[in-house]
Amino acid sequence: MADTTATMENSPKIEKDEGVRRRDFLDVAALSAAGIGGLAVVYPLISQMAPSKDVLAASTTEVDVSAIEVGQAIKAVFRKQPLFVRRLTPAEIAAAQAVPAGSLRDPQTLEERTKEGHLDMLVTMGVCTHLGCVPLGAAEGENKGEFGGYFCPCHGSHYDTAARIRKGPAPSNLEVPDYEFTSDTVIQVG
Amino acid sequence: MSFPWARQYQPATGLTKWLDEKLPVPRLVYNAVGAGYPVPRNLSYFWNFGVLAGFFLTLQIVTGIVLAMHYAANAQVAFATTEHIMRDINWGWLMRYAHANGASFFFIVVYIHIFRGLYYSSYKAPREMIWLLGVVIFLLMMATAFMGYVLPWGQMSFWGAKVITGLFGAIPLVGEPIQVWLLGGFAPDNAALNRFFSLHFLLPFVTLGVVIMHIWALHIPGSSNPTGVEVKSESDTVPFHPYYTAKDGFGLGIALIGYFALVFFLPNYLGHPDNYIEANPLSTPAHIVPEWYFWPFYAILRAFTSDFILPAKLWGVIAMFASILLWFFLPWLDKSPVRSGHYRPLFRKFFWFGLIPTMAVLFYCGGAPAEEPYVMLSQIATAYYFLHFLVILPIVSQIETPEPLPYSITEAVLHSDKKPVLGENTAPAV
Repeated sequence: MADTTATMENSPKIEKDEGVRRRDFLDVAALSAAGIGGLAVVYPLISQMAPSKDVLAASTTEVDVSAIEVGQAIKAVFRKQPLFVRRLTPAEIAAAQAVPAGSLRDPQTLEERTKEGHLDMLVTMGVCTHLGCVPLGAAEGENKGEFGGYFCPCHGSHYDTAARIRKGPAPSNLEVPDYEFTSDTVIQVG
Repeated sequence: MSFPWARQYQPATGLTKWLDEKLPVPRLVYNAVGAGYPVPRNLSYFWNFGVLAGFFLTLQIVTGIVLAMHYAANAQVAFATTEHIMRDINWGWLMRYAHANGASFFFIVVYIHIFRGLYYSSYKAPREMIWLLGVVIFLLMMATAFMGYVLPWGQMSFWGAKVITGLFGAIPLVGEPIQVWLLGGFAPDNAALNRFFSLHFLLPFVTLGVVIMHIWALHIPGSSNPTGVEVKSESDTVPFHPYYTAKDGFGLGIALIGYFALVFFLPNYLGHPDNYIEANPLSTPAHIVPEWYFWPFYAILRAFTSDFILPAKLWGVIAMFASILLWFFLPWLDKSPVRSGHYRPLFRKFFWFGLIPTMAVLFYCGGAPAEEPYVMLSQIATAYYFLHFLVILPIVSQIETPEPLPYSITEAVLHSDKKPVLGENTAPAV
């Protein structure tokens, strides 16, 4: 360091307005390379926290819905979270259709939440959209809440027969995951 | 860094002289917590709690390292290894109960430490940096305690993790990807448990680093005191050792009596029975509550029940974080030049009859089920909480007429101070 300063002071060759010096170029190039290298290191460090391949691989589930009686619901597991599959009664379908969708917090009709031709088959995540508790109402004898669908005991969210939020703190309806009927009695979720 | 009359470190033996030239650690200790640190002579027992917090941080690190030797952070076996510690490891039950209740005591002493600071306005100039670092320590403690509670992988561990990471899901647009990224999955599982263990091991050492900065910042202006009057002369101070080492030692003895009463006789009193049931992603416990030390903030989270521009859930999350982050602005919100609440009649009324009852209500409601009247009470208390810090405190500090302050700490203690202000011993503190 001391040597460099001495040389600079003694050297008459360095003029003030020389433009881009060799050293400036080296500074910018070195810092840029180091910065890009740093970013290249950060990316895998962040990405490693995302769901791993095996977790993602387990994110497709097949559910046989043939054994569900009218008015009954089952709990399956999808992505390590509960999945509710419910066969609605005609009265429940009527109750869901009787409410104008526009008046709801998260406006959706029953038709939008089920597959065509399967209006009675309601497939939703069993995860309250408030803070992630499992709502009650899928198993027999459980509290179905004021609207006859699901009731979350954690903070008192009430869902109706189309699993739409009607009362309580949850911001949106129970999520309908991507699924399709692979046959008349089997659905594939995910 | 210290008062001019501070005692100077004198290495006595050949070894300490040799060490003092190479790496003066004994000098550092002498000046930090030894006879070389002059401290106001009038500190009450409320000034014990910083040392007590340091003790409990050390206790948590020691018991935690021991527990980590026997615990396995894998969702298949985590619950079983926790029971293995309790039943099979020699003294494992003692280590685990000491660690679990040590966390509770760490929070008890830190809460008293914080409210000491609030009453005596310890956050005011020239001590703002100490306060800011203290808030950072508190945030680190909360993160560490939360992740530690997940490790036994019981029902409360699992559902606590789900609810708290669900808070990030409230952020618009990016919330859900962030939540999935934090958990490394769609629900808490092996990936989440492993990273929580890794961070639960790391953060106490980060905390220790910030604690060192907290103490460093403290030693620049020196400790505050119950009168809030700054040190003027040597007669206002006594050396930290032996005066406050003895007083802190006595306070520590009292605190340990309470602590070990809990560890030995009521080890699960502050825990939840549900956490002795292994985590089950398909069944939510009837009543999810966090550990007691989070209750006031949990009450604020749940106080928001209707949408207003933003969803209610997001308001709750914002309010909960804001309730702590606003402490960062306290040194500038409270404009009163008088520090001690002892000489501030109006401030004192709002402190004892406003803030303290509000914290008690929030504390109670946070542990209660989410139903009336607790929701309404939480809402009123949350409103007052923000009103107190953001409106009442700034206004009170402007309109209040403080009571007369003593001339000096010496006068406050001895009722007279015969020393001249600008005598040769009284160079202003640097």
